Amino acid sequence: MPIFLAMSVIYAGFLLYSSIYGFEPGQQMWGNFRDFSLQMLKMMPCIFILIGLFDVWVKKETVERHLGTDSGPLSYLWAVLLAGTTVGGIYVALPVASALYSKGAGTGVILAYVSASAICRIPMTLFEASFLGWEFTMVRFAVSIPLVVLVSVLLGRYLDRKGWVMPDEQE
Amino acid sequence: MSSSNTLSNPHWTGARSETSFHADGRKGNNVIILYAFTAAALLVSFIADMRKTIRGLEIALKRFLRIGPAFLTMLVLVSIALFVFPEETIARSLTSGSIWLATGIGTLIGSIAVMPGFIAFPLGSVLRNSGAPYMVVSGFTTTLMMVGILTFPMEKKYFGVRLALLRNLLAFLTALAVAFATGLYFGETGF
Repeated sequence: MPIFLAMSVIYAGFLLYSSIYGFEPGQQMWGNFRDFSLQMLKMMPCIFILIGLFDVWVKKETVERHLGTDSGPLSYLWAVLLAGTTVGGIYVALPVASALYSKGAGTGVILAYVSASAICRIPMTLFEASFLGWEFTMVRFAVSIPLVVLVSVLLGRYLDRKGWVMPDEQE
Repeated sequence: MSSSNTLSNPHWTGARSETSFHADGRKGNNVIILYAFTAAALLVSFIADMRKTIRGLEIALKRFLRIGPAFLTMLVLVSIALFVFPEETIARSLTSGSIWLATGIGTLIGSIAVMPGFIAFPLGSVLRNSGAPYMVVSGFTTTLMMVGILTFPMEKKYFGVRLALLRNLLAFLTALAVAFATGLYFGETGF
């Protein structure tokens, strides 16, 4: 935390210095910071409100039954489909995964969800295909999705054997 | 390889301005749909059970505040990286040299850089037009999506350092496999 504070102060100081003395790299960084922050912060309130509502309305048993450790291969299909409808990037997928985990979703399933949300979000995929062609996107899907699921299953099993718990849930 | 005319290529700047217009429109729609959906869910929830809804909002705030610092760190890192790796630099390093070297560089830059899809994919198509093979473009865009060195501070908050490292390493290997398969499919690997 102190490191974080020191870093923020240095960064803010650097941006301030740049804007006063017209130091171009600093001004460009401020532009990047502002654009990117706005773009992400636009979505964050919605995401966290939906996570909060999910937390109070969805029963733990429901999540456990469909996404839990003992719910079988279908749980990975749900994880990938859910990932497809996710908006934003990993900064959205992680809090969603954490909410699912605290409701009883399996370790492998949330890993599959986070990784899959990086590669098969629907709006992003449409955009990719329109720029690089359907063949390109299909090859990527055909290789990456099975690999992501396989890796997540194995990694999940390994972590469960070692008794891994999400850090967020230890408090 | 036409690396020398990459920067003077009229498609370069043209593609960016053309596409960002459409992309912003689409992006805007997504955000509007997201807000409409959230508002509707909130309304239904309020009508059904006010106390439960308030508890839900408290959970939302608590979760957001807990991840706040890591989130801000990521934004700072991203703003610096976008400056250090402007699109021109990326284009130059991906359109020259051997296909294997360019793929390697592409996956490394893709792992470090963070950029939204509406910049990354038009950039990919510009790279294609200026001579980058599909394999290089695939390595770059796939690591861009899957591997996040700059989002690491946030990921480590949720997964812990070791799992975050392991997941990113495995994602990197997956992206290499995807790039290689793409190269094979488009007959670029030479065997």
